[in-house]
Amino acid sequence: MSVVVDKSKVPWWVSNLIVPLVNLTLALIVSALFIFIAGENPLQAIKLIIYGSFGYIEGFAYTLYYTTNFVFTGLAFAVAFHCRLFNIGGEGQAYIGGLGVFLVAINFSFLPVSVVWLLAIAGAFVFGAAWAFIPAYLQAKRGSHIVITTIMFNFIASSLMVYLLVDIIRDMDQMGPHTVALPENIWLPTFKDLAALFGMKIRYSPLNLSFLLAIAASFFVWFLVWKTKWGYEMRAVGHNTQAAIYAGISPYKNIIIAMLISGGLAGLLSINEILGVHHKIVSGFPAGYGFTGIAVALMGRNHPIGIFPAAFLFGILYQGGSEVTFDMPNITRYMFVAVQGVIILFSGALENLFRPQIESFFVNRLNRRVEA
Amino acid sequence: MVSPILELSNINKSFGHVHANKDINLTIKKGTIHGIIGENGAGKSTLMSIVYGLYQADSGKIKVSGKEINLKSPRDSIENGIGMVHQHFMLVENFTVLENIVLGFEGELIFGKNLKKAKTDLKNLCDTYNLNVDLDSIISDLSVGFRQRVEILKSLYRGAEVFILDEPTGVLTPQEVDELFKILRSLKEEGKTIVLITHKLNEIMDLTSEVSVMRQGEVVGHTKTENTNREKLAEMMVGRSVLLRINKSKVERGDVVFKVENLTVKDDLDVTRVKNVNLEIHAGEILGLAGVTGNGQTELLEALSGIRKVESGEIYLNDEKISDNLGLLNPRELKEKGLAHVPEDRQRMGLVTDFKAYENLIFGYHDQEPYSKSSIMKENQILDYSKKVMEEYDVRPRSPNLMTSNFSGGNQQKLILSRELNENPKILLVGQPTRGVDIGAIEFIHQRLIDMRDKGAAILLVSVELEEVLSLSDRIVVMFDGNIVGERVNKDVTDRELGLLMAGVA
Repeated sequence: MSVVVDKSKVPWWVSNLIVPLVNLTLALIVSALFIFIAGENPLQAIKLIIYGSFGYIEGFAYTLYYTTNFVFTGLAFAVAFHCRLFNIGGEGQAYIGGLGVFLVAINFSFLPVSVVWLLAIAGAFVFGAAWAFIPAYLQAKRGSHIVITTIMFNFIASSLMVYLLVDIIRDMDQMGPHTVALPENIWLPTFKDLAALFGMKIRYSPLNLSFLLAIAASFFVWFLVWKTKWGYEMRAVGHNTQAAIYAGISPYKNIIIAMLISGGLAGLLSINEILGVHHKIVSGFPAGYGFTGIAVALMGRNHPIGIFPAAFLFGILYQGGSEVTFDMPNITRYMFVAVQGVIILFSGALENLFRPQIESFFVNRLNRRVEA
Repeated sequence: MVSPILELSNINKSFGHVHANKDINLTIKKGTIHGIIGENGAGKSTLMSIVYGLYQADSGKIKVSGKEINLKSPRDSIENGIGMVHQHFMLVENFTVLENIVLGFEGELIFGKNLKKAKTDLKNLCDTYNLNVDLDSIISDLSVGFRQRVEILKSLYRGAEVFILDEPTGVLTPQEVDELFKILRSLKEEGKTIVLITHKLNEIMDLTSEVSVMRQGEVVGHTKTENTNREKLAEMMVGRSVLLRINKSKVERGDVVFKVENLTVKDDLDVTRVKNVNLEIHAGEILGLAGVTGNGQTELLEALSGIRKVESGEIYLNDEKISDNLGLLNPRELKEKGLAHVPEDRQRMGLVTDFKAYENLIFGYHDQEPYSKSSIMKENQILDYSKKVMEEYDVRPRSPNLMTSNFSGGNQQKLILSRELNENPKILLVGQPTRGVDIGAIEFIHQRLIDMRDKGAAILLVSVELEEVLSLSDRIVVMFDGNIVGERVNKDVTDRELGLLMAGVA
């Protein structure tokens, strides 16, 4: 028999802190088991993860670089989710967003740098949003399920970009599927450049100014969802469409708006990747960040305050994981994909596995204290 | 002396700070229909959930037929002969009646002999108790009344001796209620025991032989039904005397505010549900719309409030056309014109239950000043306003930050009413204002509607509770099969006359 818990009695810190921490610990225990079976020392692996992601300044910068990507895709998923839309298409929206960044940057590179950056951000957002618009329209008008259409649009985006990168916008002077590089003066300053301004000499890492954009985007999402009329209406449609219609709120309009913003946020990933790191479109640059963003959003309870630490956690795993695979011959890169999978499993799919038990444990304990 | 089949002694149960059941002692005799009455939140459902094994009591003893038992789960209580018919049915919609009943008790891997035997047993049960259910029909094809019978049959098949029914009539039409009562009486004649949880006084008086009254988690009275009456029971439930029929002053009605001409409306399945309806509502008048559920009232209300498309006909507010088959104004524009709507189903339509109370208190008005400005919500203003109206409408608890789903049905209804009445509408459309609402709140809600009328609002009251229509309306129209089949001035109409109109006989 399942445990019945009175939800209103559960303190916020139990459902938002304790439960995720328990899930995370369990995931780490299972992961440790994997590492043990692979013939390496799990404690040593954890030490390496911590060293790799915090132990030296460039490592930490890498962690924050990954965090930046996860924040964008996590926020993207969360915004759509507040309107009860499962946007699985962050990957494709980010990819097409990259096209926007590149086209804007290459065509307007004669303008002042800060203007180019702003235009590129707009380009990333608009292209990402445009790619989300078609599934949104099909959901709103025709009822085609957004999960199916956004997944298909990931494949379409991928094929489209491969076609463009091979036949249309490839740097024709070479064979690889990537474009020419953007002029160096419009590249986003890296952490290394910024540190140099303060006289610090550090080695290269991909962390760049986009990190600040990720912070700004988190504030934007928080403000949008909880402080504006649009957020209010999106949440109303998400929770109860019938009631929204009764109150004169158009589900059609709100599904479109939520998906446009979601797609736009996913598109911003390409600011980090293209304007900050690759400086050109390379084939397959979203590299799964769009999918991991779903787990980040679920783990962060679809709130920017939760998404940021969740993105940071995945940043640690990505960066620390590569350190582990470098030092431990028995642990391959795919091992760490499995570890990520376990974390996603425990904090996403199995999120409710122990929630009732944990919540009732705390509710009972707190009650006893009240009575005593 | 009839032996007790169920004895509860000193049952206590708390949820956090709320003491839902305090030292409950209750004895239920075999072969009786025992009513448990109380306002929403009095602790009736909690108590019965304990008896059914859904919750565990913090302390206390439960005895079945004199033997003390320990109920850990519903399975334990089923084994001890206790069956429950929930307010919301627990049936698999795409299974047949038979499949639902044997669910969990199939007893074999591949259906064959046992299923055949089950079918014969069930047929016999159906005949004995006049249940009249076709065992092979799919649940989703059955009406609410029949689904309830399936639940009863399920409990019977599992050997229940005690049947707990939680608010069984809330979802039924008057005819279905009559049928249900017949079934319950025949169960009683066969020696079964029935515990009826309700807040409707009529049901207690019609059906039960004994009644226990609960208030704020305690049993405050216990009596034979023949020794009491409606007024006494109501007083015990609420803790003070209650006006069952409201006093209303005579008000001179004004001009026609709201006019409906030749309105025809279809439902989602393209069936015409409202047929050529004409209505006029004056300022300072309550027009009651009586009728059995499902005769087009829902579609009519939705069309009038701009939610549902009008097939043909016109709607006028103060001589301005607001709707026709081209669909002129949407719900938000109608609100701005002074039309307010309290929908029939508050949880499905009137509220977003996952919103905080204060978010629901401005729902539909959220883009007006002072609640928002340039698309930004003004949280402080909204909270100030919420505190004020929650005080004024006595919404409990007075916590604007509490999730709406944590309020009781009556308090949720007050949230909607306060929202819709506060804008001083010219025309107010009200659907089932007191469905599932306790007596104390009913009195309050009725008084508010009368106040609105006295202030000059035109009110259309749609209700399946004849009592309510008679008590509030100045004029009554009856809807049957999508048509308005009769119009009466309230003071010269009888229940019987309306009942015949509602049944489509007159």
